[in-house]
Amino acid sequence: MSRCQWEKDDNVKIGVPKETIAGENRVAMTPESAGMLQKLGYDCLIETKAGEGADFADSDYEAAGVKIVKTAAALWKEADIIAKVRIPTDTELKRLTKDKTLITFFNPGGNEEGLELAKSKGATVIAMEMVPRISRAQKMDALSSMANIAGYRAVIEAGNNFGRFFTGQVTAAGKVPPAKVLVVGAGVAGLAAIGTSTSLGAITYAFDVRPEVAEQVESMGAEFVYLDFEEEQEDGASTGGYASVSSPEFREAQLAKFRELAPEVDIVITTALIPNREAPELWTEDMVAAMKPGSVIVDLAAEKGGNCKLTVPDEKIVTKNGVTIIGYTDFPSRMATQSSTLYSNNIRHMMTDLTPEKDGKINVNMEDDVIRGSTVTHKGEITFPPPPPKTQAIAAQKKTEKPKELTPEEKRAQEVAAFKQQTKTQATLLAVGGGLILLAGLFAPASFMQHFIVFVLAVFVGFQVIWGVSHSLHTPLMAVTNAISSIIILGALMQIGSGSFLVIVLAAVSVFMAGINIFGGFLVTRRMLAMFQKS
Amino acid sequence: MEFGFTTAAYVVAAVLFILSLGGLSGQESAKRAVWYGIVGMGLAVFATLIGPGAGLWLLSIVLIAAGGIIGFYVAKRVQMTEMPQLVAAMHSLVGLAAVFVGYNAHLEIGRVAEIMANAPTSLTAAGMAVWLHEQGLGTFGELISHKTNVELNILQVELFLGVFIGAVTFTGSVIAYGKLAGKVNSAAKKLPGGHALNAGAAIISLIGLFWYVNTGGLLPLAIMTVAALFIGYHLIMGIGGADMPVVVSMLNSYSGWAAAAIGFSLGNDLLIVVGALVGSSGAILSYIMCKAMNRSFISVILGGFGGTSGPAMEIEGEQKAIEADGVAQSLKEADSVVIVPGYGMAVAQAQNAVSDLTKKLRAQGKNVRFAIHPVAGRLPGHMNVLLAEAKVPYDIVLEMEEINDDFPDTDVVIVIGSNDIVNPAAQEDPNSPIAGMPVLEVWKAKDVFVSKRGQGTGYSGIENPLFYKENTRMFYGDAKDSVTALLALLD
Repeated sequence: MSRCQWEKDDNVKIGVPKETIAGENRVAMTPESAGMLQKLGYDCLIETKAGEGADFADSDYEAAGVKIVKTAAALWKEADIIAKVRIPTDTELKRLTKDKTLITFFNPGGNEEGLELAKSKGATVIAMEMVPRISRAQKMDALSSMANIAGYRAVIEAGNNFGRFFTGQVTAAGKVPPAKVLVVGAGVAGLAAIGTSTSLGAITYAFDVRPEVAEQVESMGAEFVYLDFEEEQEDGASTGGYASVSSPEFREAQLAKFRELAPEVDIVITTALIPNREAPELWTEDMVAAMKPGSVIVDLAAEKGGNCKLTVPDEKIVTKNGVTIIGYTDFPSRMATQSSTLYSNNIRHMMTDLTPEKDGKINVNMEDDVIRGSTVTHKGEITFPPPPPKTQAIAAQKKTEKPKELTPEEKRAQEVAAFKQQTKTQATLLAVGGGLILLAGLFAPASFMQHFIVFVLAVFVGFQVIWGVSHSLHTPLMAVTNAISSIIILGALMQIGSGSFLVIVLAAVSVFMAGINIFGGFLVTRRMLAMFQKS
Repeated sequence: MEFGFTTAAYVVAAVLFILSLGGLSGQESAKRAVWYGIVGMGLAVFATLIGPGAGLWLLSIVLIAAGGIIGFYVAKRVQMTEMPQLVAAMHSLVGLAAVFVGYNAHLEIGRVAEIMANAPTSLTAAGMAVWLHEQGLGTFGELISHKTNVELNILQVELFLGVFIGAVTFTGSVIAYGKLAGKVNSAAKKLPGGHALNAGAAIISLIGLFWYVNTGGLLPLAIMTVAALFIGYHLIMGIGGADMPVVVSMLNSYSGWAAAAIGFSLGNDLLIVVGALVGSSGAILSYIMCKAMNRSFISVILGGFGGTSGPAMEIEGEQKAIEADGVAQSLKEADSVVIVPGYGMAVAQAQNAVSDLTKKLRAQGKNVRFAIHPVAGRLPGHMNVLLAEAKVPYDIVLEMEEINDDFPDTDVVIVIGSNDIVNPAAQEDPNSPIAGMPVLEVWKAKDVFVSKRGQGTGYSGIENPLFYKENTRMFYGDAKDSVTALLALLD
C-alpha cells in the first residue's frame, strides 16, 4: 500500500511525534494502523525514529506509505491531527493551533494547566482515558488495553524477581510447592494478572470491593476472597464500572483479611485505583513485615501513590525482611511492541468514529456519547468533565432478595406463634369432631356407636400412617391399598351362605372379583417393590 | 368360641394392615410390608370362611382361586408403564363388588322381613331364636332379624351409601382406566349442563335415600344406582389427563369408603377398619398430590382446571431444534446431568434406554441424577416405579425439593417427555392456568435439551415458554429412539 497520497497537499494529515518522556518506548502509530488510517482518507506522517523503541523502523513506515518528518517541530506544524501516547508537555501544547486536533492520554482531571493552554490555543483535544466504558467504545478503550498489558507484565515481572516456580512440581530432586498469588483489585489489569498467574500454575486468590466481579474472578480460575462483612456495596454499574470509595468499617474488614493472608502468599499484585483519587493504601507496612522473605509485591498503582506505602514509584526496592517491592509505572512501555500495536489500534478506531464518512474529514460530533465524553477542549472551550452518557454503561445488577435473617428471639417468637396456631386449629378440629360424635351418640343406637368408634379410630390411624410414606412409594402404596380394599370380599363371603339364589349369585361374582383384586394387587406391588434397588 | 376366634383373627389382621401401610415409608421396609398385607388378607379370609354362618365355603374357595389365577396372570403380564390403567381397572372391581354386596344386603333385609312376618306368634324369645336359626338365614340374616326398627333404618342408610359410593367408584374407575389406556379421549369433557348435571344426580340420589328408608323398596335403590353410575362417569370425564394421579388416588379412597359403608351395614368391624384405612390414605394421597400441583382439592374433585383470569403471556422467540450429535457433544462436556422424566418417557417405553444412558454417563464419571416432580406421570410415584423397573438406583432419583436448588450448578438437563412440570409460566405468568404450581426450575441449568415428539402442548394444553428459552434446544423425536441414538454417539 504505497499510494503516495500525502503528496497532495489538501489532504488532512495525521502526524505522530516521537514520545518526549525518557524511557517511553511506545508510539501511537504502527505501519499497520497507518494503512488503516490511509483507507479513511488521511495522510500519515511520523517523526523519524518515533517507532524505534517499539521495534518499528522508519523503513517499515515508509513501506506503508508514511512520510518521515525530520523534527518534532516540523511534524507538529505540518500535521492537522496529532496522535501521541503520553500526556503532552507545555512545549508540545504550545505548538497547537485553532484547527489542530490532538489525540492522546491527557489526564484532564489532574491537568488543569494543560486544559487551559489547549483552550487558549483553540485546539480540539481528545483524551483517550476519557473514552466511556460502553460496549460500542471498547475498541478504543486504551486504558483497558494498557491495563491488560500491565496486568500480564506485572506477573512476569514478579516471576522474574521470585525465586521459585509458579507451579507446584514433584521432581526427583524434591517437591516444589505452588506459588500463592494474591491479586487485589479485579479490574482489567487484575483480571489479566489473574489469568496469567493461573496459567503459569500458581494458586491465585483475588479480591475486589465490588462483589459482583466474583463471578469473573472465578471464571478466570482464581478464588475470590470474600469478607465476613455485611454492607450494601454500591454496585459498580452506577459508577461506570469502576470501584468507588468504601466505608471505614469495610476497609477494616478488608485489611483484617489481608493481614490473615499476608504470611501465606508469595506474590501480591495490587491494582486498586479509584478514578481521580490517590490510590488507597491496602497493603500496610505490617503486612509487608509479615510476608516471607523472597516474596514479591508488584504495585500497579505506584503512579498514583501506590497501594503499599513502601512502594517507590519507578523503582524496585527490597525491604529489610527480604520482600521485593516493584513500583514500576511503565509496564506497558516495557512491552512497547505489543502496547504500541494495541494503542495504535485504539487510535485508529477513534479516528474511524471521528470520520463517519470515510472521506478524510474529521467530524467532532458532540452528540455522540463516545466523542463527547473523550473531547476535553473544543472550539476554544473546556468541555471537561462531560455530562453523564445517555446510555447506561452496564446493566445495573438486580438486587437478589435474600430472606431476612431472623434473630433467635424472632425465630422463637415465630415458633411459639406457629405452635399456638397449631394448637388452636387442632383444638378446634377436636372440639368440632368430638361434638359431632357426641351428637351422633345421642341419637344413634349403641350398636351403631360401637362400629362408629372403630371407624373413627381407623380413619385417624390411616391419616397418621400415610403422612410418613415416601413420595417414591406412592404407586406401590396405591397398589397395596387397592389390594387391601378387596377386603370387601368378607362381605360377600358372609352373604354367600344365604338362602336366596340371587344373593348367592351376586355374592359369588363379588368373591370372584375380589379374588382377582387380592392376588393382582399384592403381586403387582411385590413386583414393583422388588425393582427398587440401591446403587 | 368360633365367634371369638373370628374377632381375634380380625384384630390381628387389622394390625397387620396398619403395619403394611406404615411400612411403605421406606424402600426396604416396604418389601416386608407387602407380606404383612398378604398375611393379613389371608387371615381375614380364612377367619371369615370358618367363622359363623359362612356357607358354601367350597364354592368360595374355588371362586377365590379362579379369581386369583386371573389376578396372578394379569399382574405377571402387565407392563410397568400400564400400571396406572391396571390400578384403575382393579378399583372398578372393588366398586362393583361393593354395589353387589350392598344389593345383597337389601335383598336379605327383604327376605328376613318376609320370614319374620310369617313367624308363629306363640314363640318365646328363646324359641324364636331357635326357630329363626332353623329357617337357614345365615349369619347376616340372623343379625338383621335381631335389629330394631331404628337400627334397621341406619342399616338401610349405610347400605345405600355403600352402593352409592361403590357405583361412583365403578364407573369412575372404568372411565379413568379408559383415559389412562388411551381408549377414551383424555381431554376434560363435560356434557352440556356441567356441574349442574352432577348436582342433579346427587339430589336424585338424596331423594332416593329418603324414599328408600321410608319404603324399603328396590326402586329407589335402583334409581340411585343409575344416578351414581352417571356421577362417576361424568365426574371423571370432566377431569383432564394431567390430573389423573389425583383421580386415581381419589378413586382409591372412594373404594375404601365404600368398603367401610358396607362394613357398617354388615356389622363387620374389620371391613370398617380396613375401609377407613384405605379411604383415609387415599384422601391424604390426593391431598398431597393437589398440594404439589398447587391446585384446590375441591376443584380437582369437581373436575378440571378453573378458568384463567386473563390472557396468557405472549411468548417470544422460537423453538430451536438440535440433533443427537449436538446433544451427545454437550453430554460429553458436562460434569453434572439431571434427567427429568415425564409421562412421555412412559408412553415411549424409553425407561430402559434412559437407564442405559445413565449407566454410560455414570461410567464416564459424571454426576447423573433424576428429578421427579410429584405429579410426573399418571400415577403418584409413577416415574419412580418405571425407573426402578429399568434398574436405575433409587438413591440418584430425587424429589423436586431435593434437587430444585441444584439446577443453577447443573451443566445439562435432559427433559424426557415432560412438559407442564417444567413450565416456567407457573412462576412467571400469573394468568397461566398452572400459575403457582411448584415446577422443576430446569431453565436455570446451563443447557436444557427437551426430548419431545412434536411441537404440541402438554396435557394441560398450555404453551411452555421453556421451549423458547435461549439455553433450550428441542430434541424432536420418539423418546426411545432419541435416547438410543444418543447412546450410540456416547462411546
